[in-house]
Amino acid sequence: MEENIVLSNDKRLRRVDLIFSSYTKERYKVLKKILERSNDEIISELVNSGLKGRGGAGFPTGMKWKNAKESAGEEKYVICNADEGEPGTFKDREILSKVPRKVFSAMAICGRVIGANKGFVYLRGEYKYLLPDLNKELEVFQVYAEEYGLNFEIELFLGSGAYVCGEETALIESMEGKRGEPRNKPPYPTAIGYKGKPTVVNNVETFVSALEVFRMGSDEFKKLGIQDSRGSKLFSVSGDTPKSGIYDLEFGLSVANFVEEFGDGDTKAVQVGGASGFCVPRKKFAETTLGYQGGLSGFSLPTGGSMMLFNSSRSMFNVLHNYLEFFAEESCGQCTPCRVGCQQLLRGIEAIKKGNKSAEYLVQLLRLAETMRLTSKCGLGQSVANSFTSIVENFREEMIY
Amino acid sequence: MSKKEKTLNINIDGISLNVPASYSILDAAKIVNIKIPTLCYHEDLCVAGNCRVCVVEVAGWRTLAPSCATPVMEGMTIKTSSPKVRRARKDILAMLVSEHNTQCTTCYRSTNCELQTLASEYNVDNADYLSVLKPNLEIDRSSWSVEKDDSKCIRCQRCVRTCSELQHVNALDVAFKGKDMKVTTFMGLPMNEVVCVNCGQCIIHCPTGALTERRYYDAIWDAIGDPEKHVIINTAPSVRVALGEMLGFPVGTRVTGKMVTALKKMGFDSVLDTDFTADVTILEEGTELLQRLKKALVGKESVAIPMITSCSPGWVKFIEHMYPESLAHLSTCKSPQQMFGALAKTYYAQKKGIDPKNIVTVAAMPCAAKKFEANRPEMKDSGYQDVDAGLTTREIGYMIKQSGLNFVELPEGKYDSWMGDSSGAAVIFGATGGVMEAALRTVYEIVTGRPVPFDNLAITPVRGLEGIKEATIKIEGCVPDYSFLEGVELRVAIAHGLKNAREIMNQIVDGKSPYHFIEIMACPGGCIGGGGQPIPTNDEIRKKRMEAIYSEDENMQVRKSHEVPEVKTLYEEFLKEPLGHKSHQLLHTKYRKRNRY
Repeated sequence: MEENIVLSNDKRLRRVDLIFSSYTKERYKVLKKILERSNDEIISELVNSGLKGRGGAGFPTGMKWKNAKESAGEEKYVICNADEGEPGTFKDREILSKVPRKVFSAMAICGRVIGANKGFVYLRGEYKYLLPDLNKELEVFQVYAEEYGLNFEIELFLGSGAYVCGEETALIESMEGKRGEPRNKPPYPTAIGYKGKPTVVNNVETFVSALEVFRMGSDEFKKLGIQDSRGSKLFSVSGDTPKSGIYDLEFGLSVANFVEEFGDGDTKAVQVGGASGFCVPRKKFAETTLGYQGGLSGFSLPTGGSMMLFNSSRSMFNVLHNYLEFFAEESCGQCTPCRVGCQQLLRGIEAIKKGNKSAEYLVQLLRLAETMRLTSKCGLGQSVANSFTSIVENFREEMIY
Repeated sequence: MSKKEKTLNINIDGISLNVPASYSILDAAKIVNIKIPTLCYHEDLCVAGNCRVCVVEVAGWRTLAPSCATPVMEGMTIKTSSPKVRRARKDILAMLVSEHNTQCTTCYRSTNCELQTLASEYNVDNADYLSVLKPNLEIDRSSWSVEKDDSKCIRCQRCVRTCSELQHVNALDVAFKGKDMKVTTFMGLPMNEVVCVNCGQCIIHCPTGALTERRYYDAIWDAIGDPEKHVIINTAPSVRVALGEMLGFPVGTRVTGKMVTALKKMGFDSVLDTDFTADVTILEEGTELLQRLKKALVGKESVAIPMITSCSPGWVKFIEHMYPESLAHLSTCKSPQQMFGALAKTYYAQKKGIDPKNIVTVAAMPCAAKKFEANRPEMKDSGYQDVDAGLTTREIGYMIKQSGLNFVELPEGKYDSWMGDSSGAAVIFGATGGVMEAALRTVYEIVTGRPVPFDNLAITPVRGLEGIKEATIKIEGCVPDYSFLEGVELRVAIAHGLKNAREIMNQIVDGKSPYHFIEIMACPGGCIGGGGQPIPTNDEIRKKRMEAIYSEDENMQVRKSHEVPEVKTLYEEFLKEPLGHKSHQLLHTKYRKRNRY
């Protein structure tokens, strides 16, 4: 434990080349090699790797595949979540443009492991322009899948632009032709998913990371990162930085290291994980790790990889206002705390700013945010409190004056 | 619970219990008498889990769990009323109130509103949050039957689920998202332009005043006060077994006599019974069925069989929208309400020597669709609008309250004459299967000369709440006129709730319907569960109203439609014979195709 504490605070930022590394010269050779292993081997490799979902929620990927494998059913599905809608995230687009082969390979492996013959890529509507290239690659994939004796077909499904459809059950509803609204959980998709059948829904990056686990072996994979945060993570860097772009970094770095590398020298806050993530103020850079809490001291923030840097020229009130406008619009609207709560938080900070409500009203709003976290139906409403609370608590004066 | 079902051990508020694995936390709490508040939950509907009022604390869980949507799990420890739960619940209620039109004093559902009740129980302070009620929301009063006020909508989607799950109509659905999310119609069209069949099931499933029936009682009070007008009211069979719920009686109480007294005291010039024309309906519809069967069996003509009943205006509009190609299957008989109106302004007027232009016919109905039906342009066969107003049981309840009568203490009154006489067969029209039973009692006797072969005339196979019921009656020993039916097995079916109607209709469209005669009622349970009935309505309440209907029947002196003295007189003096010239003119109608959105 002691050692890890030091680690968490001392961890160097290290660029790695995992996600975008070249596949192999021979098309789909990696897939062929992995398919030589048994399903059980593959699952235990994945479980052992400690890989967690890269969409941001961080559910252990190996467990997810295992659950779907163990769910009874002739018909199962694999869905790649490429709805990438979190503000400040743009990595999945890059993966699908550069290494779609890795995504399709991992989906096919998942399909064989859980017993699914059909996979879908749920592509964000705005990424429509990727379709021609993806379709071309799919044709190639399909040829090799057949050659390897895989009974697995992948179809591309175009989303219609609702943020909430990145939530896996809303995504499934949308694929079924219904309103994109999250379902009640449990049951989880691994038991009852697309068309009521067991379904694995993984983020684009998760599939690629899984493939890298199989390729390099879980022990090698685990050498990267710390504690519960293993492997590498793609970060979408934007905002007040001279180096905006996508970076593959070893997981478990501290925000201080990150800012040192990407900041413009005047960074006052970093929004980790997009609008639904946390705002880290300068005074907490050193004690905050990007990764999962397990075994770490200080703060740690799981993330889908959106990193927005703000320098001192930015008004955090405006930042928060912008997020809340986004949420008030993008909530699906079905559950009370999210539908009404987002509007209340938005109108509330406006009223305080204008002086129509006293500064003490912030306390009421923080309480409301907590209710939203506790009672909203899905991650959207639950995580509004993340940005709201972290911005209001750290930049209280900016909210009032 | 079945013996085989797996059970689980859980603990709720310190009480350990063993419950079936299929239970939700809400179900489990009910057995230990813990009432968890709910809004989007309704026994009739699938679970939505979207209001979040029913949240509870589950030990070890990161968030609170919606008890309606969370299945019990082994070893679960649940707190239904911890400080954390109470705070969250109150917050959620306050949020709902903040987007709600809180002018409760002017709301039709005041004191019968689930949001109002909970907001009051939890002492929600309106000042906690800013109002996010959308400004300038207009009430949609385009429909004769259903009034839609979005300012009172809490977006629980009970109406949406009702319209799709129970009724397969889908006139109401959710549109837009986030702050703009709302319950609306296709393209936001007015209610009178969409596929809405006016059944009013959305109204009785709405927890607030967002959906109500359009109310016409002020106009009726004016008519009563007008000395020129002769105002008559006829009361539908199922009103008498439900009205008491609004006026201090337990569910399932028959209040026929008190209701009649109240209506008389309120100033109606004549208080009559829709049952009278229900009996007439049986004679007309029964004869129509026999004619169709004769044409098919003897004349080998192509006639539409099965024949389907047409008493339920929600059902009639449903088939006009959804299955216009099958309209020939629908009996041409008007509903009892419309027959009553047509006869009131002709036969009754003659008999009483009153100028029909001064007659105002009011119908007390368990129904929202009756309002639309009364205003169908073709319903003017008497030379005037046959029915001036269809009021719901609820409106009658409010009128009685407004009149200041102490309903509970009122003496039992008797219906006036003419057109106040009826049979037990007419009373059971109010329950699903009732029209079928009434028709069989008469048709069987016409054909064979003997009463139906069931104990005490109770044709039990057609009774009860099962969605689709079937029965077969073998016809033997026919009188000479009906010898063509000798040995025929008359196959009948009954469906209630339009979801079940759709199943029946799909069979017909596929040419696979094995039936001769089908009864269809738009509302689950039939009229006793009608969209105009007191709120709430659920299966437990439907059953009690149904029991009351059947006991009303058993206590009637006349139990068969063709034996009612006033009905006999009507035919002798006025109509001459079922399906005769006058009947065709006054008691039968035509249908038309309607749009599909």
